[in-house]
Parts: sequence; C-alpha cells; structure tokens
Amino acid sequence: MSEITPDVIASHGFTEDEYEEVLRIMGREPNLTELGVFSVMWSEHCSYKSSKKWLKTLPTEAPWVICGPGENAGVIDIGDNQAVIFKMESHNHPSFIEPYQGAATGVGGIMRDVFTMGARPIANLNALRFGAPEHRKTRHLVAGVVAGIGDYGNCMGVPTVGGECEFHASYDGNILVNAMTVGLADAGNIFYSAAAGVGNPVVYVGSKTGRDGIHGATMASAEFCEDSEEKRPTVQVGDPFTEKLLLEACLELMATDAIVAIQDMGAAGLTSSSFEMASKGGVGIEMDLDQVPQREENMTAYEMLLSESQERMLMVLQPGKEKMARAVFEKWELDFAVVGTLTDTGRMVIRHQGEVVADLPIDPLASASPEYNRPWTPTPAAPAISPADVPAPDSLTGVLKTLIGTPDLCSKRWIWEQYDHMVMTDTIGRPGGDAALVRVHGTKKALAMSSDCTPRYCLADPVQGGRQTVAESWRNVTATGATPLAITDNMNFGNPEKPEIMGQFVGCIEGMREACMALDYPVISGNVSLYNETRGTAICPTPTIGGVGLIEDSAKAVDSAFPAEGQAIILIGETRGHLGSSLYLREIAGGEDGAPPPVDLAAERRNGDFVRGLILAGQATACHDLSGGGLAVALAEMAMAGDMGAAIEPANGDLPLHAWLFGEDQARYLLTVGDAESVLAAAAEAGVPAAVIGTTGAKELTLGKNETISVADLKTAHEVWLPGFMAAPDTFE
Amino acid sequence: MKAKVYVTLKIGVLDPQGKAVQHALHALGFEGVGDVRQGKFVEIELDETDRAQAERAVDEMCRQLLANTVIEDYSIDLED
Amino acid sequence: MKAAVIVFPAATSDRDTKVCLEQSTGKPVHMVWHGDTEIPDVDLIVLPGGFSYGDYLRCGAMASHSPIMKEVKSRAKQGVHVLGICNGFQILCESGLLPGVLMRNAGLKFICKDVDLRVENDTTPFTRGYGKGQAVRIPVSHHDGNYFADDAALEKLEDEGRVAFRYLANPNGSRADIAGILNDKGNVLGMMPHPERLADAQLGGTDGRPMFDALTEALS
Repeated sequence: MSEITPDVIASHGFTEDEYEEVLRIMGREPNLTELGVFSVMWSEHCSYKSSKKWLKTLPTEAPWVICGPGENAGVIDIGDNQAVIFKMESHNHPSFIEPYQGAATGVGGIMRDVFTMGARPIANLNALRFGAPEHRKTRHLVAGVVAGIGDYGNCMGVPTVGGECEFHASYDGNILVNAMTVGLADAGNIFYSAAAGVGNPVVYVGSKTGRDGIHGATMASAEFCEDSEEKRPTVQVGDPFTEKLLLEACLELMATDAIVAIQDMGAAGLTSSSFEMASKGGVGIEMDLDQVPQREENMTAYEMLLSESQERMLMVLQPGKEKMARAVFEKWELDFAVVGTLTDTGRMVIRHQGEVVADLPIDPLASASPEYNRPWTPTPAAPAISPADVPAPDSLTGVLKTLIGTPDLCSKRWIWEQYDHMVMTDTIGRPGGDAALVRVHGTKKALAMSSDCTPRYCLADPVQGGRQTVAESWRNVTATGATPLAITDNMNFGNPEKPEIMGQFVGCIEGMREACMALDYPVISGNVSLYNETRGTAICPTPTIGGVGLIEDSAKAVDSAFPAEGQAIILIGETRGHLGSSLYLREIAGGEDGAPPPVDLAAERRNGDFVRGLILAGQATACHDLSGGGLAVALAEMAMAGDMGAAIEPANGDLPLHAWLFGEDQARYLLTVGDAESVLAAAAEAGVPAAVIGTTGAKELTLGKNETISVADLKTAHEVWLPGFMAAPDTFE
Repeated sequence: MKAKVYVTLKIGVLDPQGKAVQHALHALGFEGVGDVRQGKFVEIELDETDRAQAERAVDEMCRQLLANTVIEDYSIDLED
Repeated sequence: MKAAVIVFPAATSDRDTKVCLEQSTGKPVHMVWHGDTEIPDVDLIVLPGGFSYGDYLRCGAMASHSPIMKEVKSRAKQGVHVLGICNGFQILCESGLLPGVLMRNAGLKFICKDVDLRVENDTTPFTRGYGKGQAVRIPVSHHDGNYFADDAALEKLEDEGRVAFRYLANPNGSRADIAGILNDKGNVLGMMPHPERLADAQLGGTDGRPMFDALTEALS
C-alpha cells in the first residue's frame, strides 16, 4: 500500500490542485521524503505564494542598491567601497509558543542572513507587538521575548540599538517578533547563494543536525489552533555561542577566495538551502546524508532534510580548498563536512545509507511553486472625524502625562537596558530616540536605523497606513540628519484566504509602493508572515518597516534632546489637528475609529529634505519627528531627553487647542534653532510651513495658560509603567 | 558507567533564582513551600568501570570545573 | 607600553579594548588566541569582556582553563599588569588570580547602562589617573556581576585597600557595592564596568580614558 495516503497529503498542507502538480512534476508518486521537500518548498513561508504577485510591485532599485530582494538580505552602497547589508524577519509563531527560544532563534536567524553575505553585523533592532497588558499571557511573553533577544544578541557581541514595542488586544493570541540586523561589508566582497561549478564540493558547516523544528516552515504558514501550544517540540533551541564562532569562522574564510556560494540553513533547513543554491545557479546537486553531522541517532532522511537545527550553513567551495576551509572551521571548533557535489543533471539526488531516498527535478519544483492571485476586497473607508467632534479634556498637561505613560508611548528602558546596546563602541545614538545612530567603524560616517509601523492606521485605511509607515521611517532617519537610503519590510498579516485580509495586504503594499517611489526609498529585502490569526481573529495589519540611512559626517548629526536654554522651537509642516485613529482618541476619548491622517508624500519629501539640509548646515541644534500623540508628546520627549523645559505659545488659530497639541498630522518635525529668523526665511523660500511655537528653558513644560508640568513629573509618568507592569506578580494561568 | 553530579549553592549564599522560584510557587498557591534552592545537574558518561576510580575522577572534575567551591557544593551519584 | 588582549571564543569586547589601548599607547596591540600558550613580551595583558564559552556552566569557568591562562598566571606572578574587564574579571576570579566570584545579578536580568563609580584606590597604575573619592561614569553590561566573597575575604580586601571601585548605586547586588578589586600585589585589576566603552566623547563620555592613559604612562 502507498505511504502517501490522502491524510498524509493533507497533513503536509497540499491542496488537491497542488498535489496534482506534484504528480505532474515527478511523473510518479513521490515518496514521503520527497513529499516533505515539496511541502516545505511550497509552504507560504518559503514560496510567498499568496504575496508574490503584490510584492513584485514594490520599487527595489536605486543607483545605490547593489542587491535587492531575493538573496539572504539586501545590499546598498555607502561609498568608499563599503556596503551595508540588512534585512528584517519575523519569528512570530515560535515566539508565541516558547517566547525565549523563539525570539532568540529569530535573532540568530536574521544575523546569519546578514553574515552569510559577507557582512559583519553591526547592529540589531527589533519590533515587538504584544497583546493587551491585561491579557493573561502578555507579561510572560514580554519577559521571555526580551530575555531571548538580549541573550542571543549580547552573546554575539552585536549591539541591539533600537526598535519598538507596542501592545494591542489584536495580538493577544498572536504576538509579533520582528528582528532586524544591519551589517557592514566590503562592496567588492559580497557573497551570494547561486551555486556554480559542476564537480565543486558542497560543504556543511556549523552545528550538528538534530530533530529540532521539523516542519517549522509549515507551522509558520498555518493559522494557530487550539493545540498549537502542544506543538512545542517543533521549536528550535538557539546556541548563540556556536553562532558567534560560526560568524568569526565564516568571516575568516570569506577573506580568502575559497567560497563560490553560501546560504544560511534557515527555515526548512538543508532542503531549502540546497534547493535555493542549486536553483539559482542552474545546476544539480548530489548529496549524501550519511556525511551530515548528526546530533541524534537513527534520524531518517525525511528528518534530516526538514530539520531546522540552528547555526548551520551550506557552502559551495572552489575545488581543492576543502582542507584550508576545514582548518578554519576546526580552529573555531565547528563541524565541517563535505556532504555533496554539484552536478549538471538539474536534479537533486539524495542518498542515505547507500540508497537514493529522493530524486527531484530542481527547476520544475522551484519554478512551478504555486502563485495565487487571491481574491481581495478593499477595506471600506473609515469615517472622517473632525477635530471639533472630539471633546476637549479638562487638563492638557493631564492628558499629556497620561499619554506618555501609556503602554505604547511609555519609556521602553526596561527592555533596552537588557540589551547590550554599546558593544562595538560605535553607538552614538542610543535607544530611545528617533533613529539609532551607529558609526561606520573607523570612519566619519554613521548609519541611522529605525523600525516603524502604525498598525491602527493600517487597519483603518491600509493604503494611507502603508504610506504612513514608510514615511515615518523616512522621517525618523531624516531627523538625525541622515539621508534615508533603503528599507526592509516585514509584512505581518492575517489569513490571506480571507478577501478582507488580502485586501489589507494589497492596500498596504499600494501605499508603501507610492511612498517608496516618492521618497526614493526602495525595498531591498523583506519577509512575509501570514496566517497571524487565532480562532479566526486576525492581528491588525502590521507592515513593519526597517529603514537605514547614511550621514557622511557623524559630527553633524543631531538628536532630539533640548540642547540649551533660550533656543527657539520651530514646528515644521502643516497642522490640521487630525484626531481620527489617533492615540488621543484611543487613550483619552475612548475610540479607535476614524480615518487616519492623510499622507501628502510631496509634503513629506519637501519638509524632510528641508529639515535635513538645516541639520547638515548646522542650523538645527535638535530635531524630532512627530508621530503618535502629536506635537505635545514630541515636545515632552524632547524635554525629557534634554532634562529641560520649554514655554510653548500655542499657534492653534481656529483649531481647538487639544487638536493642535495631540493631532497626528504627518510630514511634521520639531526643531530647536539658535537663529529662528533665518530658518523661517529659508522655510518660506522652500515652501515649507514653519512657525516658532516656543522657547526652551527652565524645568517645566508650559503648554499655555495654567498648563504647566515639570519635566521631572513627565519623566516619572514616562518611566513608571513598564517596570511596574513587569514587576507585578505573574498569574500563572 | 554514568555519573550524576548535582551542583548547588552553599547554604548562606544568596540564591536569587531560588528565591524567584519560591515566590512563583507561592503565587501558584502551593502552600507550605519553604526555602527553594536552584542548582545544576550534570550527567557524564564514563568509560571507567572501577567505581572508586570513577568517583575520584568525577570529584576532580567538580573541583576543577563543574563547581566553584567559593559558592557551590556538589554531590556525585554513580550508576552502573 | 606594549599590550596584549587575549581572545577567548565569544569574546565580544576584544576589538573595543584594542581600539582604546591603541588610542592611548599609539602602538599596535597584540591579539593573542586563547588556545596559544605564549604571550609576547608585554607590559599589560587584558582579558576583555564577552561571553567566553557562551557563559555556559558558569561565567568564565571554562575560559579559566584555556591553555593561555597558564601563561597569564605566570606573567601575573612575575609582576606583569593584568586587567580583566567584565567577563575578564569573571575569568580572573575563576582562575584564582582574584578572590571571590561573580554571581547572577540580584535583579536576575542582564543590565546595560551607565553607572557611577567611586574611585577607592588611586595608587595603582590602573587608577592613578583618577583621584581617590572621585566619581566616574562608566557603563556596565552584564548578567552576572554580583560580586560575592565570604566575610573573611571581604574584610581582607577592605583592610588592604584592594577595593578599586565601588558603585554609587548598586546595580547588581554586589557585596559592599564592589565594582572592581585588586590582587594583593596591586598588579591585577578585575572590574565589571567597561572603561573602554566611555573613552570617546562621541559615545557620550570619556571617564574611561584616564585608566588607559595612566597605564600607558606608568608602564612605558
């Protein structure tokens, strides 16, 4: 009787049509091992079958882009023969099941993606989204995820310099852990994954293979169900010590001419890495599983091919370099094994214990991976909310104090103090500001990097939300003085088989595309995480954007702290008091409705370029982007960072004061300047709205008549929530 | 032969992890939980067949590496 | 002054320490692999911060048995100056060059932040660049920095003036707020804070710099 029963086919996640295609490609019934290979290669996680059609519409090119999406990570040119390699990737499902290991291996995986290409990782960021604080699992998940990220990155000696952390009930059963790594390489020494050279040895390096994470890629492509929490054995365990050795060994070997191609064994392990390498290079591959270093006894071919054991790489070497390469890896006490050879057959032939256990055509399998044009419905427009329709508060400073103490806006110090953010001694802009700033070692240059998303906007209006997310990333990088260069996108959505979810995806991509085009901010790498649903409830659409920019002279960079007394505070951009989908509405007025602020991309471009010019000319002494919570929150953040107050003279015109202070209009910045008149004149000339709204000084922030709050009080309100929340006794359900 | 080595903090040395576990057990409603000490458990496969030799060797391993006798005690179980 | 930095597997602050030493001495620093058995003729040996052997078993325990440590101990005995920072301090304790041990932080969490220290001994080449009682700001970055020694050992340290630095606000539960200690001859210093991380104004401070400058002056 065949081992391939309808149950086996279904449990591997194939639709009937997909299995028909398998039969057509194979020309016979596959065996279980072969079916397993098809299953992971065609999983949503590896094949992007629901998203491919739309991802293709994103701009991926610019004169400074060396390599766009499709490799382990994207590459940009930063001059002086230097390249920056970066990517963001999700580890959402594993982190929900086992937060410490799930988050740790997410960080390990993204760092491998970057150093596989020849870069030394120089910074990590992470974007975290948890369920409501009241949810019974939230505290446990925060503690585990943060410890897992910290322990892995810290041991690797790579600073974790920035990120974001928010809470919302839509993530109760489905948290998001998006990790980003930025690396630095020689532009002339970048490594790709396309295998080449028939007869060249295929080499396995790193940790031994165990039974960890079998079918993790399939798990990441299925909705969570009641029994997901029972799926613990599929979660991999990270070993940052081994990865640190792997990093150093790889970089050492990369300094020689031994490597033809190299690929990280990420999700779906040996299968996907060898398949991708062979498919990109148009070659065949023969592999002998008996040569694979094994941690456990009696592993089957199926298990070895699908294992997701961490800290492993596959390389194709130049002939005759095996001995030298082996010496490098043995010095670092890592396994090194020649497991195969490249062939000209176009087939992947796997042997185990003397028998052929899988024989698959590479091209047909790779090129025939399904691509769906899933039905989608546009998200209905949310009603516009006029500023006048939102009631004014009793106390503006009271509202401000509340807002900066809310879970989304409060200080995340409790988190980033658990991350080594200073190692490598180039972190000149530490966590907590707009974008982190990391020097390019040994040069005057620095990279600004930031992670952003506003899911509440994306939910209300995916197109505007997609635009806003890219625009905010661009603003955050701009606010340091850096020129934004490129982004990586981490698309976290619900079940794409539901038209309304697919509509969110399509809308966000459309908005992102427009913003990337208008801001010359191409997408160079990314990751898609779908099926983020539990019991039919989807997360808010969350297209997280990781942005990177360059400043040629890091001495010219500014941060957001009020730098000195008596500086004029200038508001750049137009303020219309937009309160729909704002934090004021959600946290103070108790509503989550309304259209999000519209994003005028021409204004974003004009205002941002103007602000960057002022910073580089030395005319702005501090700069901060305006986002959630609006003008008042940005002022408070600048005051807290500088430990200095300010007196604000509201310029609200016809607007209600609370809308002027808390509205979330886009394309805005706050600056402090010494010479306000020349800045205003320059702004007028450039067609950029600009107005002096106050002066720095003293120890209080004054927002108007009888509206004064001390910076010390603001700081207390800002710092107290997260440590208090985390210290509360666990409920241990 | 198999050696099972238990490494624990000496009495009198503060054990913050043990304290956290004790706290959590109380929170879970386990009444009557007193002092909790957290330690390490190391399992070692040995080629040695002579019990006394094995014991001496493992004791040496403990003193040199497995335990820090400034703060830790250890005990050894041998199994054939 | 000629200096060597020992590179353990998963050292992470080896380069940072090298950069900082080279800025003070103007000379290249020798990077010595932990598996080697010889160290060039140098005036200062630094055991840098990091996570040798992944901090598995106990921080510094396995590194203290690295082949190079025999040579480090023998040089220390001969009077060569040895500086252990963070993981280096843990290794020095595990290898017996310094008394006591670094335990898990009292808060159980990894902690990375600037802390204020008081200089308690300004008579050694390590600390001569500071004044006794001076407050200096130097970052910590560790999971296991909670210094423990028994009462007798602690009393001896205090009596002999071998506490080099003390925390002004104890971040990790260390006994007697100890951040750094000296050996009996004063040529071995172990400290949890990272002076190499705040020795550059662009990084937010330079209080670490006097340590490297003073060593350079004293040992040249």
